Amino acid sequence: MALITLQLGQCGNQIGYELFDVICNDFYSNGLCSKKENHNYQTVCKERFFDEMESGEIVSRAVLLDMEPKVITQTLAMAARSGKWMYDVKSQFSQKQGSGNNWAHGYCVHGPKYEDLVMNLVRKQVEKCDRLGGFFNIMSMAGGTGSGMGTFITKCLRDAYPNSFLLNEVIWPYGTGEVIVQNYNSILTLSRLYQTSDALLVHENDIIHKICSQLMNIKHITFKDVNKVIAHQLGSVFQPAYTTESSYYSRNPLGELMECLVPHPEFKMLGLRNIPQMSEHSLAYSTFTWHGLIKHLRQMLIANAKMEEGINWQVQPPLHPKTEKSSLKTGLQFNRSLANLAIFRGKDIDSASPDGFRESALYTSWLSSDEAFTSWKTPRAFNKYEKSATLVSNSQCLLKPLDAIVEKAWNMFASKAYVHQYTKYGIDEEEFLQCFTTLEQVISSYSNL
Amino acid sequence: MTQSIVVQVGQCGNQIGCRFWDLALREHAAVNKKGIYDEALCSFFRNVDTRTESVTPDVHRGKICSLKARAVLIDMEEGVVNEILQGPLRDLFDSKQLITDVSGSGNNWAVGHKLYGSQYREHIVENLRRTAEQCDCLQCFFVIHSMGGGTGSGLGTFVLSVLEDEYPEVYRFVTSVYPSTEDDVITSPYNSVLAMKELTDHADCVLPIENQSLVDIVNKIVQMANSGKLGSVKQNSFLTSNKGGVKETEKPFDAMNNIVANLLLNLTSSARFEGQLNMDLNEITMNLVPFPHLHYLTSSLTPLYTLADVNIPTRRLDQMFSDAFNKDHQLIRADPKHNLYLACALMVRGNVHISDLRRNIERLVSERKPSKCLLVKNTHVT
Repeated sequence: MALITLQLGQCGNQIGYELFDVICNDFYSNGLCSKKENHNYQTVCKERFFDEMESGEIVSRAVLLDMEPKVITQTLAMAARSGKWMYDVKSQFSQKQGSGNNWAHGYCVHGPKYEDLVMNLVRKQVEKCDRLGGFFNIMSMAGGTGSGMGTFITKCLRDAYPNSFLLNEVIWPYGTGEVIVQNYNSILTLSRLYQTSDALLVHENDIIHKICSQLMNIKHITFKDVNKVIAHQLGSVFQPAYTTESSYYSRNPLGELMECLVPHPEFKMLGLRNIPQMSEHSLAYSTFTWHGLIKHLRQMLIANAKMEEGINWQVQPPLHPKTEKSSLKTGLQFNRSLANLAIFRGKDIDSASPDGFRESALYTSWLSSDEAFTSWKTPRAFNKYEKSATLVSNSQCLLKPLDAIVEKAWNMFASKAYVHQYTKYGIDEEEFLQCFTTLEQVISSYSNL
Repeated sequence: MTQSIVVQVGQCGNQIGCRFWDLALREHAAVNKKGIYDEALCSFFRNVDTRTESVTPDVHRGKICSLKARAVLIDMEEGVVNEILQGPLRDLFDSKQLITDVSGSGNNWAVGHKLYGSQYREHIVENLRRTAEQCDCLQCFFVIHSMGGGTGSGLGTFVLSVLEDEYPEVYRFVTSVYPSTEDDVITSPYNSVLAMKELTDHADCVLPIENQSLVDIVNKIVQMANSGKLGSVKQNSFLTSNKGGVKETEKPFDAMNNIVANLLLNLTSSARFEGQLNMDLNEITMNLVPFPHLHYLTSSLTPLYTLADVNIPTRRLDQMFSDAFNKDHQLIRADPKHNLYLACALMVRGNVHISDLRRNIERLVSERKPSKCLLVKNTHVT
């Protein structure tokens, strides 16, 4: 099934480009596996992300949206230069003037104004698909266009395609120093998306930045590096894999992802971690065993570490789930999950045994561990890593950042700072309060897991 | 790409404007080697084929034919404007862009605001309309004027209210030059106070600049250059020098005016050029104006001296971030370290990596205990 990617705003477009680049490079590599295997994999991968022209060129199934022309022009040119794939030049929309970091400007002004044009572009992409698997929207939470317009477009997609799956990739801003109104924009985005989207896949800039500096050993980190890591992680989820026990590649990645990970509409925040992640130079000198990778990944999950470095090995799942109530304040905190999906790619895949994830102490009481844990496998290696494991989890791991962002926004809201900029475009205080209520509800649901 | 119009009012406004256009041309000349009229140039200049006599449509693509500034020049005397028209920048402006009178406002705010305001209103509106019609997406007006005199403060603030009436959607950025404490104009306190009220009511964003701090900065640069203590300091600071410009003889205020012109260029650089992290002009008001009417922004520039060594070592870079908060680098005589920031933005230009930015932001936030939010943008390399 085909996935349609919507690249929204500056951040969305930059990440979208890197994602297609990673997928395309992976597509053309031999994948360290048998020819037949590789052929099947490539067929599925191509249908998922690309449309093949008669001339044999592959064109990404993407819609590019931004209010400023600069980034889109850059992105289109970069793709054309790569020579391997390209964007459909008609499938883009840009205007002259940005949203100026104002969520309300994107949501209430630009969104409704250009709704028809944008939905038309989306429809054209949809018509090109034999089977539509769903929509994947990439956007940031901090800016104006990505977050505001992105939220609006998500709502429109929900209305126009009520039966399709909708996954939003949201980029969590740095804790400080990106945009002053980022907290407002974030809570508005999150609370609205929580009502319309099927699931939110979250990447935190702070953590990706740390991965770049500590694991990848990059001295001068640029946004391109950060985006590359995000693209790699996304690619490792969305590239084809065998779902449990079946012998054909999963045809419906979004549907099956939701089926595994979103058992309840109140819980739809997904976190992603992968292992190994390292610079290309050290990759050549490293070997991994499945046992080691899985053991690390499991501890990363329960200790809520986002990197394989500096994991706290002290944290263990509680022996008596009923007696220990987790609270936000304790230092040694166990990260309880609702559902997990592990994806293993690479050599000797049969020896990988993810039994460590099936322990019932990891999960909530109302879902048995057999239902809560799923694993996908493929013997084909991904993106130069001989073996790699990715874990998508619906767990408490996003509780802390969410709590922090709501608190910061509330502090600003208490003194009514910047509110006038939003009322100007039609978001009044009442709507802010509703957003706070929605998110407080989410926080309390997750903390009571 | 969006466009901006510069409205320069009064003697001071026109002198700064003159330096601004000179520097803007030089900046584009340094980036744009091929002589193609591109998107970046389009924001402040239009490209006209002057060979045809009639109403010339703008040339949108291709070679630069003849650049015209998107500007309106207003003065109630003829001196400064005439000087510009006879100077090397004369081709940038045509006579339709000018509004002049002969008698001046006599340092009286009321004369500028009330008398000339009502007299020239139609003329001003007409002139602005013509300039605005030449833009396909007008985003911003930059008004440059002084606070102490009559024309700049009186008529300048009048123009501001006209802009609000006629173009409520377009942002109004005002650069106001405040008089020094010992000013030679005795009515300057009155004029400034009267103008301040208008600024508070009608501007979106005000960048106050104090003459005295400009003098201090210029003196410091001259001192540094002459002392030769650091062999690494170039003779001419980029901020103040006229080197490479069209005008060879320096006028007394040129060094000071260049600082202001640079401030405006750096402020808009991100909107004009492509970069890793683009910033639009409307993001400035969005992030820096937490409450309506609290839209006075103090500005600072760093580094003040051009170093001979282009590759800035890390410590120099960190020093640069700290300097931005130092009172010697402010364009208004205030010490921000001992006051409270409501919001502040660091605009970084050049080859600076995100990791350097992150490190410095974290450092600055931790030094300033009541951690105020910072907005940082990385911009085009020039």
